[in-house]
Amino acid sequence: MAKTKKKRRLPKLPPGRKIQVLLNGRLVGNVDNAEEFIAKVRADRRAGLLPVGTNFFYNRRAKDILINCDSGRARRPYIIVEEGKSKLTATLIDQLKNGQMSWGKLVSIGVIEYMDAEEEESSLIALKEEDITPQHTHLEIDPVTIFGVTVSVLPYPEYNSSPRITMACAMAKQSLGTYTSNFNMRNDSRAHVMFYPQQPLVQTRPYKILKFAEHAAGQNFIVAITSMMGYNASDALVMNRSSVDRGLGRSIFYKTHETEERRYPGGQRDKFEIPAVTTQGYREERAYRHLGEDGVIYPESEVSTKDVLVGKTSPPRFLEEISVFGMVEEKKRENSLAIKGGEEGTVDSVMITDSLAGHRMVKGRIRSIKVPEQGDKFASRHGQKGVVGMLLSQEDMPFTKDGISPDLIINPHAIPSRMTAGHLLEMLGGKAACFTGEFGDSSAFLGDTEDKFRSQLKALGFDEYGEETLYDGFTGQAIKAKIYIGCIYYQKLHHLVSNKMHVRSRGPVQLLTHQPTEGRAREGGLRFGEMERDCLIGYGASMLIRERLLEESDRTFELVCSKCGAIGVRDHIKNIDYCPLDESTQLYQAEMSYAFKLLLDEIKALGIFPRLILRDRA
Amino acid sequence: MKSTLTKIAVGEAVGIVAAQSIGEPGTQMTMRTFHYAGVAEQVPTGLPRLIELVDVRKEPKKPLMDIYLKGAAKDDEKKAQAIATDIESVTLIRLGEVTEDFAQKKIVIELDADELAHLKVDLDEVRKKIKTTVGGEIETEGTVLRVKPKVNSLRMLRRLTNRIKSLPIRGVERIRRCVVLKGKEGYFIRTAGSNISGIMKVEGVDPTRVYTNDVKEVEKMLGIEAARNAMVHEIKQVLDMQGLNVDVRHIMLLADAMTMNGQIKSIGRHGLSGQKAGVLARAAFEETVKHLVNAAIQAEEDRLIGVTENIIVGQTVPLGTGLVKLKMKI
Repeated sequence: MAKTKKKRRLPKLPPGRKIQVLLNGRLVGNVDNAEEFIAKVRADRRAGLLPVGTNFFYNRRAKDILINCDSGRARRPYIIVEEGKSKLTATLIDQLKNGQMSWGKLVSIGVIEYMDAEEEESSLIALKEEDITPQHTHLEIDPVTIFGVTVSVLPYPEYNSSPRITMACAMAKQSLGTYTSNFNMRNDSRAHVMFYPQQPLVQTRPYKILKFAEHAAGQNFIVAITSMMGYNASDALVMNRSSVDRGLGRSIFYKTHETEERRYPGGQRDKFEIPAVTTQGYREERAYRHLGEDGVIYPESEVSTKDVLVGKTSPPRFLEEISVFGMVEEKKRENSLAIKGGEEGTVDSVMITDSLAGHRMVKGRIRSIKVPEQGDKFASRHGQKGVVGMLLSQEDMPFTKDGISPDLIINPHAIPSRMTAGHLLEMLGGKAACFTGEFGDSSAFLGDTEDKFRSQLKALGFDEYGEETLYDGFTGQAIKAKIYIGCIYYQKLHHLVSNKMHVRSRGPVQLLTHQPTEGRAREGGLRFGEMERDCLIGYGASMLIRERLLEESDRTFELVCSKCGAIGVRDHIKNIDYCPLDESTQLYQAEMSYAFKLLLDEIKALGIFPRLILRDRA
Repeated sequence: MKSTLTKIAVGEAVGIVAAQSIGEPGTQMTMRTFHYAGVAEQVPTGLPRLIELVDVRKEPKKPLMDIYLKGAAKDDEKKAQAIATDIESVTLIRLGEVTEDFAQKKIVIELDADELAHLKVDLDEVRKKIKTTVGGEIETEGTVLRVKPKVNSLRMLRRLTNRIKSLPIRGVERIRRCVVLKGKEGYFIRTAGSNISGIMKVEGVDPTRVYTNDVKEVEKMLGIEAARNAMVHEIKQVLDMQGLNVDVRHIMLLADAMTMNGQIKSIGRHGLSGQKAGVLARAAFEETVKHLVNAAIQAEEDRLIGVTENIIVGQTVPLGTGLVKLKMKI
């Protein structure tokens, strides 16, 4: 089971082998003293004698010097450190500030250099200027530069466990905000836009640099950490209904549908119109109620399940026969564009245009307002996600002595095992920021400290640890334990129940098997699988199994020949049943699943003749 | 009275319940063993061992025996150790080196005198054994034996050399290693490798209490009833070791099913599931077409007795509530 890891040893180098120099992986020569050589070429590069794109690395074990200057290497800039001093001096910084110095110049005068992964191996890089020792060779330009864009906007990553950071990054991409400022003019097939996005009270420097606040994707929630009658157990959230009514977490959902008038070989074409009642496949009249004369829906009409957006008729699939009068009767097929079952909203915009193929095309955008409801997903920027378990009115929410009631209550069990201390710190910082009026800084490794927030809170007359006595919203009595309460940035994620929920009691079946269809989009059933079947067998619930697997699924009645055991047919003209094999008329109806009939057919296709032997049902 | 209460009702789906009862903690075991890092195992335990058991492999990955002693050796470690050394099988290669002399087509066996003395092996005995297995002439020169077999190809010579190398000189065959351990009732010997018939003949061994973890061997030597008990014991041991609490009766049912027709059948395509009565049940499990075609050739008839068959056809399952049938309509 457990494999022993073998120590990998490099083959021993032949004695007296010189240090090889490899340029872009090709052997170009030997050197005697590697350190000297590296020092020299590096000095040359810094002096501008060698191109800045060249990197050097001495592999001690393999006795190789690797020189790389080919394209495609990922390289990062660092400040050069010599003799324990950063080469980016105060005077240079001043020059940068008043525009006398530029980045390019810093590189060319040997203050900043780019290193690839290999050269980085042989250097000691200080994270902050204070950390520099005589051994250091480089200095990080800024600690946040070690992160990518997504992580760099997360608050306090150094206080969280790494899996949570990964999750927070993944979830930040699912958050709702203002994804583009011209969303009103676009026809994205699906789009969410948040109603009142806010910038976080505790933000990082890259957040400001990226100007993220101009298209923020979340809101600052007042959050308390306490259990709430079990309605926030297992990562559920209890939300303040009154806050929701005031617009918290509200968003809009746009969905665009489109259809076009296609042309077919033979000069036939589709037509946008309100289909005539005689059209094949005509829906109920109600479905067409919002359409104008041209068959296209009016903007701002309220549409609900299966309403038609664009009425369309198509020519029949097969050419019909010439009627008695020698005229081709115009038969049409209904082919309207309708919204799916379970969807509803308001028609936001209707656009009539031409498609790429040059056909007339209609695009209709449906808008619906998504107010947070039980089942919607929210997450903080610390990988702490949850699903709303209950909406509680403000009068029932716990409140502080100042009359503050939380927007959100999360469960304390969400914290210890996940080790997201950053979440707690952001709550503390957010609380302080609320009252000081200054944004908290949560940049990685150099953000505001816990001590700072604590002294701020203390000065404001709060408990310095962020805990307050809450009063039960139902009884008005003080809750004995002190409860941690603060302000933290929460994101609404685009997993909304209203776009996911699905039920079925009756519905469509598949053509081949006569069994219910699969999936929400096809209004499908939920599979009663093998393990579920085993459970019913285990209980001895025979009748229930038959109901699930036969009566509620693909029951059919087939005629079975009592002589040869084949499936028979009914002749509706002569009104008799007969067996197509031996022409016997001794047939009986047998109840079976359509899947079994299909199995018999497939066995026949295999060249085997399955006979059914009939017996009276006991 | 108690026995009447614990009686299983007619139509209870004991098989499914047993399968679920073993399967549910089994899933737990799989997930947990994944997290056990390090710790090298001498004998496979947990899921690998369980799979080994229900597959009824010819020989377990690590066969082992516990040999209990009778008489004086039971309480005397030295005597027990003497028996252990006696039992441990010694092949010729342990006594010295075996090389080939290709020029003269001879096999040269250089025996180590110290080893001979240590393991109390008589040189003549070795020679006699070689003579009976290989034949040919044997020259003796001190502890060096030169065998001149009647072969003409070098390949045959090499084959003989390998035979000589693994020639059992002493001890019980297939018993690779022995350790004397102290149990509740005195000393016993634990061995690597299993050989019931060989061990039972050894003097000082209590033949009524020889234990092996090789179920297949138990079946061969002691019969199907013993094999069934061994199977129950082994499975129970695996589950107990993982701290899983499964009622023995579920395991007994499994063992009964595996041994019901006089020989051990594995669970799976080649055993129990592959020999189900109904064509449809077999076809539903694995190798559908094979079973259907064979059924067609033999004009087989499925009496729809089992659970699977009835579900396929769309009838009530002959279990629980489905077992009750109306005898007569009045």
